[in-house]
Order: sequence, then structure tokens, then C-alpha cells
Amino acid sequence: MKTTFQGFRRENGRVGVRNHVIVLPVDDLSNAAAEAVAHNIKGALAIPHPYGRLQFGADLDLHFRTLIGAGSNPNVAAVVVIGIEEQWTKKVVDGIAATGKPVQGFGIELHGDHDTIMRASKAAREYVQWASELVRVECPLSDLWVSTKCGESDTTSGCGANPTVGDAFDKLYAAGSTLVFGETTELTGGEQIVAARCRDDKVRADFMRMFDRYQQVVERHKTSDLSDSQPTKGNIAGGLTTIEEKALGNIQKIGKVCTVDGVLDKAEAPTHPGLWFMDSSSAAAEMVTLCAAAGFAVHFFPTGQGNVIGNPILPVIKICANPRTVRTMSEHIDVDTSGLLQREITMDQAGDRLLDMMFRTANGRLTAAEALGHREFVLTRLYESA
Amino acid sequence: MIHCVLHDPNDSVAVVVVEGMKAGTKMTGLILDENRTIELDCLQDIPIGHKVALKDMAVGDTVVKYGIDIGKVVQPIRKGTHAHVHNIKTKRW
Repeated sequence: MKTTFQGFRRENGRVGVRNHVIVLPVDDLSNAAAEAVAHNIKGALAIPHPYGRLQFGADLDLHFRTLIGAGSNPNVAAVVVIGIEEQWTKKVVDGIAATGKPVQGFGIELHGDHDTIMRASKAAREYVQWASELVRVECPLSDLWVSTKCGESDTTSGCGANPTVGDAFDKLYAAGSTLVFGETTELTGGEQIVAARCRDDKVRADFMRMFDRYQQVVERHKTSDLSDSQPTKGNIAGGLTTIEEKALGNIQKIGKVCTVDGVLDKAEAPTHPGLWFMDSSSAAAEMVTLCAAAGFAVHFFPTGQGNVIGNPILPVIKICANPRTVRTMSEHIDVDTSGLLQREITMDQAGDRLLDMMFRTANGRLTAAEALGHREFVLTRLYESA
Repeated sequence: MIHCVLHDPNDSVAVVVVEGMKAGTKMTGLILDENRTIELDCLQDIPIGHKVALKDMAVGDTVVKYGIDIGKVVQPIRKGTHAHVHNIKTKRW
């Protein structure tokens, strides 16, 4: 296995594999200005989203943590923040500025869209030209943070695509990488297997506390059962029958050897190398966005029936072992491991095939989702606004 | 040609991995954990990705995949037939 990749080393020492200049709205009201700036300045990327007003408590904390985390991600070179109000805009700017990267904020109130777009466009133009001169440097594999979450899973996910990620995770773990998985409710039926893989009793207790809390949410809000949602209609069409079956396929992603070294709240950044569990939704775009906010630089996304997700900040590598999906949705698939199901390739070879694509992606190759323009940025909400 | 795969030799269901599986096919099943094959008669058309029963199962029986409990039988299932949401339910939620 290769031991280095070509990345962008940021001011705080973290390494990114993309060099984005983003225009980040603090709230829904600022999307129009952010998109206008990205339209004016070629190479600037707006990241619109529908939230940010009248949230409070833990839900507001998560909103800020996600926006600040997204701006702080090492795949981002510089950030222009636009919010309706100065104060919350400054809060996001200050959070991102802690990384040392260039960031400026613009409040719309007392200025209007025209003046804000003009001033923010000037800042974005300077950042884009500055970032275009940054060069990739050789970095050790241990500097690459890799996240995983699967979607539109079917039974081939559990026997092909997910264990491919597991094999790659075992190899990356041994190389000292920082790794994360999540999808709390999609561990239902396999939670004891994850608990048994936890490094020690404290991590195990933290994991089970998060798992049990999420089960209570399901119990509180479910109707007859969650069969309309977990498994999804797509999962069922693909042959998955129960949440237990789906979960046992899901946890193939954490390999056979690596241990769960710690747990993270949503969008929280890991503090040391190893495999982390993040308490999260199992909805693809929510989970991948939380991974981007936690600072991950490359994402492994196994799919069975063909989820088309991407993310504006985090390159999403799709792995598929379903020969029908590989044939009918080939433009979305980066790594085809359907040969596993016919014994044409071994699991070791499948894992290496994914790692090869990971290195190519880290070195600059655009993923299928990037080439197709998939930029799903979805904020997780905890409850109603005030 | 591998027609279906199972994870653990004790699994009571296997996953069809070819398109257009027709009733009457003599199936070859691959046990992934042991890299050896088994033979099985397919009694129903089964879509790719869907499961075939590896033994007769009665209402209330536990369905085993990955060597682990994945739910309960709610309608009798014959060996070689389609095992899915019409005859298996979750034990959770």
C-alpha cells in the first residue's frame, strides 16, 4: 500500500484534498447573496441551506458547530461568511478563524443585498486568486481523515460493498488514520457487536448511552413500526427485509480488526487517530454533512440500489457490488466490487481497489458525485425552532 | 456461476446475486465465510438481491443471516422459495 498522498497542508496542520473557497450563509435569508457572490466569482462555491433562524439551545449549538466545522474543514482554503445579522455572522467567522485560515464575514442588515454582494465578492475574488497559487505537498497517510456511511443499501451492500470498506478501514487503521462511522439507528440488531468492538468499558458505555437515547426517540415518535422508513422502500426493493438485517450489513463497514476508540457527538471533531463512532442520523446527506463538519477529508459511500449523493466539501467515493446497479447507474459508481459475489476478486483485492481510488481521489481526481455536481449540504435539526 | 451467497454455514437464508433467477434452476450457493459452495433447487422466481430460504421454516422461527438473528417468520416458508417482507418481520420497534 502507498504511504503518502498529495494534499494541501493548512495553517493548523490539518491536510485537505480539495482547495475550495466557499461562500457560507449563516441562515436561509442569506442564500441569495451567497449564491450571487459565487455567480460573480468563478471558483467560489456557495453552500446554501434552509436553516439558521430562531433555533435555540442544543439545536442552535449544533447549527453553529456544523457551519464552523464545515468552514474549518481542511478541504476549504478560505471562507466568506454571509448572515442577516452581524452578531451571529461574527460567531461563525470567529469559529473558523481559530484554524488560522482566511475568513471574512458580512452582515446584510443596514447594507442590503447589493452592497453585501459587492463587498463579499471582492473578498471572494481575493481568496480565489490566493488559493489558486497554493500547491499540494506530499503528506503521510496518517494525515488523511476518512469517513464512511452507506446508502440505498441492499443485500449486496452487506456481502460486497460494505465489507470492502471494512477491509480498507482495517488497513487504514493500521496505518494510523483517523476514521469515523455512525448511523445510530441503523445499528439496531447489531449494537452488541459494535459494543463488543469498543476499546474499553468507558467507550462502550458512551456508545450504548447514545444508542439507547436514539432508540427512545424512535419509540416516542414511531407509528406502528418504522417499516415505512427503516428499512426504506429502496432497501426493501433491493431485498433487505428487517432493520436487523440492514444493521448487520451496515456494520461490515468497520472491518474485522479495528476497535472503536471513541465516540463523538454530531459534527464533533476527533481528538486522536483511530476509529470513532459519531451519533448521527442515518439519512445520507445529513450524515455526510456531519462528517464534513467534523473535519473528514474523504468519504467512502457503499451503495446497493444506487444512492447518488455528493457533498460540496467532502469528496464522496461510491462503492457498489450490485452488478445491476453498476450496469444501470455506472456514472455514479467509482469502485465496482461486484466481482466479489462471483469469486472473481478477493476481499483483500476489493479493499485495495478502494484504497487505490482513495489515493487517486486524495491526489485530485474528481469523484463521480463531484463530476455530476452533487453538492448535498443538509443540516441536522434536533427539534422545532422557537 | 454463483447464484446466491450466504455469510455463515448456519444461515437460514441466502442472497440471490444474479438477475432473472427462475424457478427450477439448480442453484450454486457460496458460503462467504468459508469460501465453499452448496447446491439448492430454486422453487420460485427471485429478483437479484432478494433472499432464498435454505430450509423449511415455521411461523415464529428465527431467521438467521450472518449467523445472527435478523427477525421472525410470520408466514410458513419452504426451502427454495422467496424469503422477504411477506413472510419475515423485525423483532424490534
